[in-house]
Amino acid sequence: MNPIEEQGPSGKTLRLYVTGQTPRSERAIKVLRTICEEELGGEFELVVIDVLENPQLAEDEKILATPTVVKELPPPIRRIIGDLTDVERVLIGLDLLHFKKPAK
Amino acid sequence: MEVVQKHPTGITGFDHVAQGGLPRGRTTLLSGTSGSAKTIIAGQFLVEGVRKFGEKGVFVTFEETPAEIRKNLASFGWDVAAFEADKMLAFVDASPVFGAETLVSGSYDLGALIARIEHAVNSVGATRVAIDSIGPIFGQLPDAHVVRSELLRISHILKQLGVTTLMTAERTDDFGDIARYGVEEFVSDSVIVLRNTLEDEKRRRTLEILKFRGAGHGKGEYPFTIVPEVGVEVIPLSAIELTQSSSDQRIPSGVEELDEMCGGGFFRDSVILVSGATGAGKTLMVTEFLEGGVQNGERCMLFAFEESRGQLFRNAIGWGVDLEGMEREGLLRVHACYPEIMGVEDHLVRMKSAMDEFGPQRVAVDSLSALERVASLKGYREFVLGLTATMKEREIAGLCTSTTPSLTGGTTITEAHISTITDTIILMRYVEMFGEIRRGLTVLKMRGSYHEKVIREFTIDGKGMHISKTFRNVVGILAGQPQNIGTDELERINQMFEAS
Repeated sequence: MNPIEEQGPSGKTLRLYVTGQTPRSERAIKVLRTICEEELGGEFELVVIDVLENPQLAEDEKILATPTVVKELPPPIRRIIGDLTDVERVLIGLDLLHFKKPAK
Repeated sequence: MEVVQKHPTGITGFDHVAQGGLPRGRTTLLSGTSGSAKTIIAGQFLVEGVRKFGEKGVFVTFEETPAEIRKNLASFGWDVAAFEADKMLAFVDASPVFGAETLVSGSYDLGALIARIEHAVNSVGATRVAIDSIGPIFGQLPDAHVVRSELLRISHILKQLGVTTLMTAERTDDFGDIARYGVEEFVSDSVIVLRNTLEDEKRRRTLEILKFRGAGHGKGEYPFTIVPEVGVEVIPLSAIELTQSSSDQRIPSGVEELDEMCGGGFFRDSVILVSGATGAGKTLMVTEFLEGGVQNGERCMLFAFEESRGQLFRNAIGWGVDLEGMEREGLLRVHACYPEIMGVEDHLVRMKSAMDEFGPQRVAVDSLSALERVASLKGYREFVLGLTATMKEREIAGLCTSTTPSLTGGTTITEAHISTITDTIILMRYVEMFGEIRRGLTVLKMRGSYHEKVIREFTIDGKGMHISKTFRNVVGILAGQPQNIGTDELERINQMFEAS
């Protein structure tokens, strides 16, 4: 779960901060991966950061809670915390509804 | 057997009150209303660690940004940025991100914050952690229950790391719940409460150790003050111990006849209270006391709260004493100021540091009762106790004056508070006789020594004070109602006692 520093060609990235491999972390990763692939059609890159391995990255970003998702690009910057039980709420919270691809 | 050890904070007075310091390796909750100096104490805990003990620290801030804290602490002359550059201190910035509203979906914990704190503690090798203040995080995150249990986890982890933690919390009221959000329930091992109350229009800051589970501490409220360039200074009044040694060496009072009345002079480490109405000769007594000291080769110090230096010097010249010259030669130092410029706690701290700097053997305070004006009753009592203890600890001969409210005498608050801790009390009274005002003086008490019990008349001229004969044929001087009685009456009274 090393962070992947290079971003996608569009720079569209979702960063997910988690603490170790807990069920809560796994759940958040799984949900966000599904969102990226199915709802957003692979347009966004998912970067998972384990704060236990990279506490300084959490310090730099002032992350308090885990899991936290941060969307920086495209603006506006949005954050959402929790293990992402509500997909619709995640899309609204991260201001991503208009990137949503029609269901296949 | 494992006992709770103490971790000295280095905050002046606090370690005395806390009987050694904060419980080592534990989390202590420091709770107070807004503006009660929580952040200063949290910062000072870390800064003194670096400066006095070479111990490293971590500052976790939930409220202000590190930049704001650096700036605020810089006003005390603490260069936090330099400590950071030397890897002695690190910040964990948990202050709110401006404009970032926190949205929640599902469950979460404070794992990232905990990882950051652990990382900071390990990377600088900290033994001290300050967390200031936990209130805002309850506002940032919607689930107070999660925040509470996560703070509990933080305090457990810090315990495992072996660091001593000071965690601050807001309270809404100076006398009420210990802290908001029920936080005292999980760090309940040790609780310190700060108060900043308004009493008789005067601010009074106090610190109270509510509990140190498994360890001793001073009980009750201790006043503290915030001194520029120093920080918080706790005044450990009730913790003052009567351990100073006692001297039987006599020192001249400055008036020969008074020495005789006291059985050979004052004791070297005694506190003397001189009480009298305005104009009765108290400042003259002070002047004689200082002159006597300087002639004896002692270093003397005067704290004047009623007259300016110029006035004091001019008046002393009138009695044939050159205070100004004595100061020039270096044996005397005069500090004159109005009591109103600061609170009594600040006066005490300043007087203490002035004494420590100059190292006097004699100190006169003229008048002590002037300070009644700037303190609440309780604050004043503590001040008097603190001052006399300070003099006794340093084995200084202290002479304090007290102005009685009425011309004929009576008692003052000062006398009520100080009389039991003073070793010697001298009363100066006006005596009205045959349409004339005269002055009388008596040694009311002198611990551990013979002293005269009579009331003597004294006069003042260009050479100072002259004590002469006793008032005969007058009764009721002390009560402020002198009455002349005839010789026959006096004889009758004397015979009455001889007969019985």
